[in-house]
Amino acid sequence: MTYAKRLHAFMLGLAITASIPAMAAPELIGRPVEYQLNLQAPATQIASEIYDLHTWMMVVCVVIFVAVFGVMFYSMFKHRRSLGHKAATFHESTAVEMAWTIVPFLIVIGMALPATKTVVAMKDTSNADLTIKATGMQWKWGYDYLKGEGEGIGFLSNLSTPRAQVGSPGVLPTEVRGENYLLEVDNEVVVPVNKKVRLVLTANDVIHAWSIPAFGVKQDAIPGFVRDTWFKAEKIGTYRGQCSELCGKEHAFMPIVVKVVSAADYSAWVAGKKKEMAALAEDPSKVWTIDELKIKGEKVYAANCVACHQAGGKGVPGAFAALDGSAVVNGPKAEQINILLNGQNSGKYPSQMPAWKQLSDADVAAVITFTRNNWSNKAAENIVQPAEVLAARK
Amino acid sequence: MSTSTVDHAHGRALDPSHGQAHDHDHGHPHGLARWLFATNHKDIGTLYMWFAIAMLMSGGVLALMIRTELFRPGLQFFQPEFFNQLTTMHGIVMVFGAIMPAFVGFANWMIPLQVGASDMAFARMNNFSFWLLPPAALLLTVSFFVPGGATAAGWTLYAPLSTQMGPGMDLAIFALHLMGASSIMGSINIVVTILNMRAPGMTLMKMPMFCWTWLITAYLLIAVMPVLAGAITMTLTDRHFGTSFFNAAGGGDPVMYQHIFWFFGHPEVYIMILPAFGIVSQILPAFARKPLFGYASMVYATASIAILSFIVWAHHMFATGMPVTSQLFFMYATMLIAVPTGVKVFNWVATMWKGSMTFETPMLFAVGFIFVFTMGGFTGLILAVTPIDIQLQDTYYVVAHFHYVLVAGSLFALFAGFYYWSPKWTGHMYSEFRGKMHFWNSLIWFNVTFFPMHFLGLAGMPRRYADYPAQFTDFNMLATIGAFGFGLSQAYFLFFVVIPTIRGGAKAPAKPWDGAEGLEWTVPSPAPFHTFETPPLVK
Repeated sequence: MTYAKRLHAFMLGLAITASIPAMAAPELIGRPVEYQLNLQAPATQIASEIYDLHTWMMVVCVVIFVAVFGVMFYSMFKHRRSLGHKAATFHESTAVEMAWTIVPFLIVIGMALPATKTVVAMKDTSNADLTIKATGMQWKWGYDYLKGEGEGIGFLSNLSTPRAQVGSPGVLPTEVRGENYLLEVDNEVVVPVNKKVRLVLTANDVIHAWSIPAFGVKQDAIPGFVRDTWFKAEKIGTYRGQCSELCGKEHAFMPIVVKVVSAADYSAWVAGKKKEMAALAEDPSKVWTIDELKIKGEKVYAANCVACHQAGGKGVPGAFAALDGSAVVNGPKAEQINILLNGQNSGKYPSQMPAWKQLSDADVAAVITFTRNNWSNKAAENIVQPAEVLAARK
Repeated sequence: MSTSTVDHAHGRALDPSHGQAHDHDHGHPHGLARWLFATNHKDIGTLYMWFAIAMLMSGGVLALMIRTELFRPGLQFFQPEFFNQLTTMHGIVMVFGAIMPAFVGFANWMIPLQVGASDMAFARMNNFSFWLLPPAALLLTVSFFVPGGATAAGWTLYAPLSTQMGPGMDLAIFALHLMGASSIMGSINIVVTILNMRAPGMTLMKMPMFCWTWLITAYLLIAVMPVLAGAITMTLTDRHFGTSFFNAAGGGDPVMYQHIFWFFGHPEVYIMILPAFGIVSQILPAFARKPLFGYASMVYATASIAILSFIVWAHHMFATGMPVTSQLFFMYATMLIAVPTGVKVFNWVATMWKGSMTFETPMLFAVGFIFVFTMGGFTGLILAVTPIDIQLQDTYYVVAHFHYVLVAGSLFALFAGFYYWSPKWTGHMYSEFRGKMHFWNSLIWFNVTFFPMHFLGLAGMPRRYADYPAQFTDFNMLATIGAFGFGLSQAYFLFFVVIPTIRGGAKAPAKPWDGAEGLEWTVPSPAPFHTFETPPLVK
């Protein structure tokens, strides 16, 4: 696609582009910038092919646009009755009509051919160095490293922008928004630079879409089905994207962040993550104090539960169940453990409580303990240990 | 089938039975009964148009609520679940409530006048197809007040999100069924009227372009509305009767919903634009005082677009991850549509070339249509290219694209048609100054609203977001300001153009435009209650 590149250079040379800073030679920062007028700077081969294709098509479209509307506006200014112009009577001309059918057809072919190569390249997920499974869930992403260095690593990735920066109707945000507002997560996907990463996607509940604009990747995550796509990031950096398929109320609040690091940094991250996971795995046998569980549970609640059940535990009438004063939360703990692990469809609300079995035993125990001792709840069975959750899983 | 003379006699014989028998030539029923039991194509056309205006205003209020929330990042006015209801209902109301009924209203009023028929072929079915619409609108309105609110699954109602919705979803499904049945009956009426009731001498290739585009549109509607009905019925049974059409856990496939929906949905977008092409193709020759450059090629281009529209649906689904061959097929087929669409634009420009043009409001809207619609056409071509589409899918670029073709396309053509034919409907000339105010305000505010959305989409802002990263703030503010300007322009249209023109104004002659051609200009203005009781002879 050298001619597309040449046209791109030609385009940059145009005074128009030179006068608009955001359009000329974009800086690679992996997220949108203010007053951005063009696609994000590409970080992969595919993304830069898309960038060039888009530039090439824009040039062709602008040329046609100027030509066609040049004629139309010339006619509008010259062929008016107020200037005394008399109407001609000509109509129909086989030659002209053939020409304006065939020429656009050829132009369209000129656009489709370079695109074909990119389509084929985008679908080629073979020979990947690393395979990662991404699972879309309402409203977060789960990642499992399936194959390659780091195999076995798995974690959930939640929006880390505090709700205090978002605000809510009638309540002003109490914190100043950072530059990565709604584009930051607690656990980033970490991948090595210049390695082909195959992404396998599925979803737990509804369709979501995994997207990083700088990679030129967007792929729906479909419940019950597996789709794949790939990227090979060529520059170290942090790249941000957002869920791109309407998935319910928190659709705008489940971003995707990929951190591209050097091979050495990646190995170090894998080692650290494995150690962390091993530490978590030991948890079930440990007996926790109620305060430890409550502190941990508050964090788990803020990350996973607050979107539906709300910070005050009151839920949303008609949409999400209240936990404050709930019979389940104040009743026998076995039932609450069961609902958290297996989900529940009471039929009383349009959406159902999803299963949370992907959380660790300690997380489930902590969040249950938290709900049983918070707000106005004073459950008789007020503490749940990770071991009980582990037992309930079997 | 040469039953047209029989139909005319039949229509006359029926008249006294539902009106004042003593005055059967010019009289008609009065009061509520005139509208409730209307069988006159002009009355039904008027009903359709009032319905469309009411829905345009309600859909517009929903749009302004969306833009209000998006003025700044953060959640200021609405919870995201309500925001999703707004975007969903804005789409459904505008597509099924405003644009489609408006075109059917135009068809009812103009097709019999243009082909020299005394009325539509099936007058009572015509009444029924209109009166299905108000209950549908009522269901949609009520759905906001049921537990869980209106459906928030997007106007495309994708499964399995649609199965999570509350009873508002069921109301929307029933509303769509009603509107679909209405469209099918309306289309059958249009097809039969055009094919059987043309005046002697009015061959198909002499028909005005508006009739041609509606004939083709009506076939599209009959072909695809049942497909939509199937898709939403399967959604309904998945929701309530334990079927698993779209539920993977039961062996179904959520992506199959999208295939079925878009098999309807893509022809649907041509259903909303082909009659607009027809209106513009009539107005341009009238104000250029020069015949349409290529009548036959316009007819063939319209038919080609209609046929191609059936084989491009999956370009809405490139991000679902189709096999490479499907992606290539749908990319090539989609890009092919640019050819007949280009033929249309070139034809319009050639029609204007060396004309003797004047720029009354209908012409302004028609030229504005060509200019702005073509931008939507170009972004459509860019979106047809699979790799670029994957980059831009579900971003504001798509929102900009379809508003360029649906607002600047369909809606501007409807406005053009209103200014062109309202003298015939009302018997009064609209105020040219107010018409121009409406045009320039609409054009400018439209672009202020939607042009920045191209940039937002290119930068990666996803659509259907209640809140967005702060980098997108400035263009969103601009779009919100533009949206309020555009909304006020349409309120101006209703209160300062439409209503005053109906109430009074300069008396319109039978043919207010010196360059206009067609049978509709041979009857007085306003058109009498009954026209062409004796078919005119077309040479």
